[in-house]
Amino acid sequence: MTIDLAQLSIRKAHDHLSKKDFSARELAQAYLRSIEKKDADVHAYIEIYDDVLLQADKADERIALGEADMLTGIPIAIKDNILIAGKKVSAASKILENYHATYDAHVIELLKKAGAVFLGRTNMDEFAMGGSTEHSAYGITHNPHDFSRVPGGSSGGSAAAVAMDGALAALGSDTGGSVRQPASFCGVVGLKPTYGNFSRSGLIAMGSSLDQIGPITKTVADAEILFRQLRVHDPKDSTSLAAYEEKKSTEKLTIGIPYDFLEKGVDPAVRKNFDESVKKLESAGYAFVSVSLPHVEHSLAIYYILMPAEASTNLARFDGVRYGLRADAPTLLAQYVKTRGRGFGAEVKRRIMLGNYVLSSGYYDAYYNKANALRSLVAKDFDTVFNGNGVRVHAIMTPTAPTPAFPIGARMADPLQMYLADIFTVPANIVGIPALAVPSGTMVESGKNIPLGIQFMGPHRREDILFRIGKSFLGES
Amino acid sequence: MISPEDIEKLASLGRLDLSREEKERLGTEIESILGYISEIQHVVGEAEVPLGKQELRNVVREDNDVDESGIYSKMLLDEAPDREGNYVRVKKIL
Repeated sequence: MTIDLAQLSIRKAHDHLSKKDFSARELAQAYLRSIEKKDADVHAYIEIYDDVLLQADKADERIALGEADMLTGIPIAIKDNILIAGKKVSAASKILENYHATYDAHVIELLKKAGAVFLGRTNMDEFAMGGSTEHSAYGITHNPHDFSRVPGGSSGGSAAAVAMDGALAALGSDTGGSVRQPASFCGVVGLKPTYGNFSRSGLIAMGSSLDQIGPITKTVADAEILFRQLRVHDPKDSTSLAAYEEKKSTEKLTIGIPYDFLEKGVDPAVRKNFDESVKKLESAGYAFVSVSLPHVEHSLAIYYILMPAEASTNLARFDGVRYGLRADAPTLLAQYVKTRGRGFGAEVKRRIMLGNYVLSSGYYDAYYNKANALRSLVAKDFDTVFNGNGVRVHAIMTPTAPTPAFPIGARMADPLQMYLADIFTVPANIVGIPALAVPSGTMVESGKNIPLGIQFMGPHRREDILFRIGKSFLGES
Repeated sequence: MISPEDIEKLASLGRLDLSREEKERLGTEIESILGYISEIQHVVGEAEVPLGKQELRNVVREDNDVDESGIYSKMLLDEAPDREGNYVRVKKIL
């Protein structure tokens, strides 16, 4: 049969593969052709692997033996900061230009076991620092819906790959919204799991207390499939959650909206779409209440203290000694300084400088310690609305981003403007709760349909609630 | 206020070689970012509950099941920018 990529989901592809309607090789070829056709304009990928068809053949052997898993033969794109043993991985940085991963990330190990097919590594903001995929050492990625706009970031390549039918699903990483915001800009689904649900082993670290790998998919059901497969305890990540039984909700759900938080800086088109989305869910039987999260407005400031502090520390390992770029200089110290000066891009340098500032003696209490204290207050705000004695809700809804995808270049001159795109996504990272971004329609500008998105946040380990609401919102069974 | 000396200090702490233009630009940018993040200093409140109180626990393990010596050496050394045999070559330190 002819393969219609636009109609495929993971489950549908799995059914077709099982029924032998097409082979994993034919499916992989269809994606490679689609990439060939579209990626010149979009540039979602930094590299397409040369063993894609070999991987697909292995999946076909497994299918022939009747041993197929749900993900066997499913073509997946991987963000360029997740390690696949023997393959290049650069975090879109010059400092790792010719670096090969020496082991598999835990999520990759699980996907390999399931027989998934890795198509290639996707473009991103260098070291996952940015919200537009313009901060890559390997060129910018364009939004598949409008090439003049950014795809979001930092997992912009992964989101664009899924949106252009250049992969059936993708993995990204989300430190402050880097899965959800590009998913929203590209009109696809993105999940940031509860902190600790996916192992961080083999993810190039940015902010270790915030980082979480997450799936980017076309449907909520697909995100759920990947979530269930990758939510496995890993002794190599000391923050990996111990195995637990997922809860199930059957009761009528109440969704909270922090209206105070939505007042400033939200594009009118985004707000209109958000209000329409609320109505749609109301008619589907969901109850809504206004909730107050008194400290949430400080989340972005807290985030831009803690994240650079952690990132500047994590990035200290790139010194040109054991791997990656080494710039020659007369002394060891001069070599460090030159290697890092040449190897890191502007945004990475900015965050290292900022991290060093907030961690310096004299400023440490005023910034780093204060931010940590406030982080616990934001966590308490969420805990109160999810589990407190007053008004309780099952989930909280906001727009995913305050604006639709912005034009390429529009925010490069003003880092603070760029950071503001994270305003609604960072709270979930700060608190460690799960959050699901789903597409909520489009706005028309210059004859193009620009995607908009909404986000649901839930209590720790309650992804099940988010999947339930997300599926019902998108009309998935 | 961020002075040019502050920028020099931060760059040296971060082991970063920066051009003059980079230093000037970073001075202005960091100033503006600090202006924004400094809002937290006006927020009243101390930590009330430890973050994720239920989740905080020590994670320790016995140091056993170690890999056989040398099985990863080649793979890891192949990534070194400069080597001599099974050693990574660096500039003289002392």
